[in-house]
Amino acid sequence: MSMTTSSPAAPAARAAATTDSSIVHTVLHHPLSRPLAALCLLLLVDLFAIPGFFHLEIRDGHLYGSVIDIVNRAAPLMLAALGMTLVIATRGIDISVGAVVALSGTVAAMLIGGTMVMENGVPTYVSNIPMGWALAAALGAALLCGAWNGVLVAGLGLQPIVATLILMVAGRGLAQLLTDGQIVTVYYQPYFFIGSGYLFGLPFSLFLVAAVFIITAVLMRKTALGLFIQAVGINPVAARLAGIRTATLIFFVYVFCAACAGLSGLMISSNIKSADANNAGLMLELDAILAVTLGGTSLAGGKFSLVGSMIGALIIQTLTYTIYSLGVPPEVNMVVKSVVVFLVCLSQSSEFKQLLHRRKA
Amino acid sequence: MMNTQAHHTAAPAPLLELRGISKSFPGVKALSDVALRLYPGEVHTLMGQNGAGKSTLIKVLTGVYTPDSGQILLDGKPIAPASTSDAQALGISTVYQEVNLCPNLSVAENIFIGRYPRRFGAIDWRSMQQQARALLQQLQIDIDVTAQLSSFPLAIQQMVAISRALNISARVLILDEPTSSLDEAEVNLLFSVLRRLREQGMAILFVTHFLDQTYAISDRITVMRNGEREGEYACSELSRLALVNKMIGVAADTVAQELDLAQEAGAASFGPNVLEATGLGRKGALLPMDFHIRQGELLGLAGLLGSGRTELARLLFGADKADSGTITMQGQPRHFNVPRDAIARDIGFCSEDRKHEGAILSLSVRENIILALQARTGLLRAIPFKHQQALADEYVKALGIKTASIETPIGSLSGGNQQKALLARWLVTSPAMLILDEPTRGIDVRAKQEIMSYVSKLCRKGMAILFISSELPEVLRCSDRIVVMRDRKACGDYARGELDDSSVLQVIAGETA
Repeated sequence: MSMTTSSPAAPAARAAATTDSSIVHTVLHHPLSRPLAALCLLLLVDLFAIPGFFHLEIRDGHLYGSVIDIVNRAAPLMLAALGMTLVIATRGIDISVGAVVALSGTVAAMLIGGTMVMENGVPTYVSNIPMGWALAAALGAALLCGAWNGVLVAGLGLQPIVATLILMVAGRGLAQLLTDGQIVTVYYQPYFFIGSGYLFGLPFSLFLVAAVFIITAVLMRKTALGLFIQAVGINPVAARLAGIRTATLIFFVYVFCAACAGLSGLMISSNIKSADANNAGLMLELDAILAVTLGGTSLAGGKFSLVGSMIGALIIQTLTYTIYSLGVPPEVNMVVKSVVVFLVCLSQSSEFKQLLHRRKA
Repeated sequence: MMNTQAHHTAAPAPLLELRGISKSFPGVKALSDVALRLYPGEVHTLMGQNGAGKSTLIKVLTGVYTPDSGQILLDGKPIAPASTSDAQALGISTVYQEVNLCPNLSVAENIFIGRYPRRFGAIDWRSMQQQARALLQQLQIDIDVTAQLSSFPLAIQQMVAISRALNISARVLILDEPTSSLDEAEVNLLFSVLRRLREQGMAILFVTHFLDQTYAISDRITVMRNGEREGEYACSELSRLALVNKMIGVAADTVAQELDLAQEAGAASFGPNVLEATGLGRKGALLPMDFHIRQGELLGLAGLLGSGRTELARLLFGADKADSGTITMQGQPRHFNVPRDAIARDIGFCSEDRKHEGAILSLSVRENIILALQARTGLLRAIPFKHQQALADEYVKALGIKTASIETPIGSLSGGNQQKALLARWLVTSPAMLILDEPTRGIDVRAKQEIMSYVSKLCRKGMAILFISSELPEVLRCSDRIVVMRDRKACGDYARGELDDSSVLQVIAGETA
């Protein structure tokens, strides 16, 4: 398909025009442009509708403000969305995220428990077992959950949605069994740092998310993991024939997703200073899937964007915050949220774009 | 060969006419001022190399692409199909190169999908099956129409696709390389159907790479080259040599010479065995057989579809697991349970199914090329980006891959160029043995010759190549040694020159003593 030089003036002019506006073109066609635009639009609404939305102040050496609040509350979802992104990139899905959140929070809360005792008039916090061990056990439980999902999907070839449905039911069930369906309250101050502590004036949870994000992004860029995950997601048969360990790779993404969910569970239970097996992380998997989709990663697998998923999570949290702040009655909340999500998804649909183009033509 | 030239002079108005069609994609002008006339009651063959614009033209005709300029006239009235279903509603039906049906639905469902016969509002399954059976019987195919489509060989699936197109009461039938996966008997069957349709006044546009088939069925030929129409000819007035000449744009002799040169560049000298297998077999796929291939040897595997050619290749590569026999390389027994094991021992495998087992369509040419090498190097040791670019650039140049850039998704390349990129995927791993399963299927003459002459050169440098092809002349011409397979086992091993066009057919058919 060589370029023919005998083209008349019109196409040449068009070609020139394309080069001139190539920066604009690149920006507009960047996969992240749409989710970013959606987020900016939401923030713009907030700027006018919510007084002092962008106001930041330092209180007790901590940065306070709506924006910080949103990012802080989005942290667990951002973690879950990171894990979900890789699973979706392999053409999979993990609907057990919420259950793993509940389970890891429960394990941590039960093992830490904690009381405050007065030692020589100084209040001291005592945990049931050392906090490090408790956290390790909670994350270990999450990793086991991921391994279970991974074996079902990669080893036994179950369909991801069915395979993870098992854990979605069993994980929360197990958490409820462990707690007898009661809320387990934690009385151990150091544990609260994970979900509500501050470091350098910023919520500690943000540092956690940033760390996981950076590690993941570096893994994707500096190793062949990103390439292999995409290859497996786009064409698993061809990927296997090219020598990629497809089963191991798929196993890994489910373990990674569960690890993210486990960390997310710690954050949530630490933030509410208790473990609520019935409600912690409820529907979080759906929000995570939504965040990934809003970020421009297709559920059909293949190309994915970690940054996109982060933006997606922020969109969801900003939306929730906006709805509450505007005083929209709670019963309208879900409907409004779904409308906004629908619009963002519509803007990403190539079919819809074609439809618009045809209208214009 | 019938010459039906006479009757379209009697019917002066073309049924379908394309005028001045142009279509550009970013960086590439795919079609430039192309014209095509299609008369009722003719088989019109569209020929051209890969990337000549045949597929694009058909996609414009069937509403997949909107042309940048130009007109499509049906019965003299301009039409602008906006989708394949639009085109179908206008009576233009297409059967694509790669079967575009639903493998997990039944044969009957595939034929009637979207247009199920109904009775009292519900789908009338019985009538659907009866109609499907009747349609297929027109093509003289007697199969269980309730069985899942994927349980049939590609050839039958192709026929189902044709039945579907016929059933949509087409006036214009477009066949985009329908024969590339059919054996000779099936091609003849298809042609008898096409002749019948031609007599009924249907206009048939046929795209193929096979010269024999072109001359067996066509009334007229439109040749395309580099996105332009080279010319329109009556089949009887265009010699084969002239046709090849017009497609390639260089004297055909040169091409032939080039190929012979590659063949004769140094008489073949073979090293020790690269790989030996004894009693290698797999239940339902291959009966236990012995096999060996030497360094610098181009070993051709001949045989019909289902004779065990591909099955043998898959066992040698670990794509399927052998349940009997041993594989030895350099005196060491090797066990290939997964392709990875074979790749670690310097074996490469280009699958016959480019779309499903080869190309990773939305990844770039560069990523597709380095994939196997990266998989062998290991997950953690990423090949530096600069090095990836250098490798991709090198092979894009060496194999003459036509692509806008190495970052273009491989899916937007033409079939022949995708095939070359997949060949490059294995070449960058510098294999000791390379298995090429139908590397030239569905690609044009020029690309075929480029690939085969490149492969010959690799052999001369000491690579062992196992070459599988349904095109016997190609196997005979290129191979140093030919193993003929029949009924899931090897039935003969011949040195170069021991077989010719007719004797190889006899061996394949099992007619020799």
